Amino acid sequence: MADLIVDAKGLACPMPIVKAKKGMDSLQTGQLMKLQTTDKGSMKDFQAWVNQSKHELVESHEVNGVFTFIVKKG
Amino acid sequence: MSESKEKSTIVLFSGDLDKAIAAFIIANGAAAYDHEVTIFFTFWGLNTLRKDQDVANEKGWLEKAFGRMMPRGADKLGLSRMNFGGLGPKMIKHVMKKHNALSLPQLIELAREQGVRMVACTMTMDLLGLQQEELLDGLEYAGVAAYLGDAADARVNLFI
Repeated sequence: MADLIVDAKGLACPMPIVKAKKGMDSLQTGQLMKLQTTDKGSMKDFQAWVNQSKHELVESHEVNGVFTFIVKKG
Repeated sequence: MSESKEKSTIVLFSGDLDKAIAAFIIANGAAAYDHEVTIFFTFWGLNTLRKDQDVANEKGWLEKAFGRMMPRGADKLGLSRMNFGGLGPKMIKHVMKKHNALSLPQLIELAREQGVRMVACTMTMDLLGLQQEELLDGLEYAGVAAYLGDAADARVNLFI
């Protein structure tokens, strides 16, 4: 299970990514963060953000407008 | 992190609310990418940094007139389109609240929290008659050479 759960539902750009960054900063390498958002651009945003970082996107999916991402700290 | 950080710079030339919001959203996004972010404020962009209260200081009549005509701070900026004499900003602020988007003052606060460097251009401060006491605390003051020094190292450089 995730070591940290970040709830960014209802928040608008750029808050989800700022919260994600803060969340990752608080973790150790190898730990997992679960992040939930409702911002419609989230899927592209998080794929791009993880690509530019050393982290790994373990899982991403969308159910009823809620995006869930599992990110492993690199 | 051991290697040096990526850098991004933004020149905020415009004093329009919508453009300032865009600049600060990009700055906060870049900070979330762990970039070292610098925003240079020049010309009308400097008004974003003004304190909202009147700061008593000695000025010539022309500087005083400039000071009165320019918006005093982030909350007083007008829109680049559909300003409607100040009604436009009220409407957009209402809509932003509804969409749970951060206001410009909140975006500025967030940028500071994330360590975004804010640099005021001293030459244009002189032109517009703006003094350091009138601007927010915690700014840096520099000129074009400092900007170019940062921009040359950065991969993302925007002029807004």
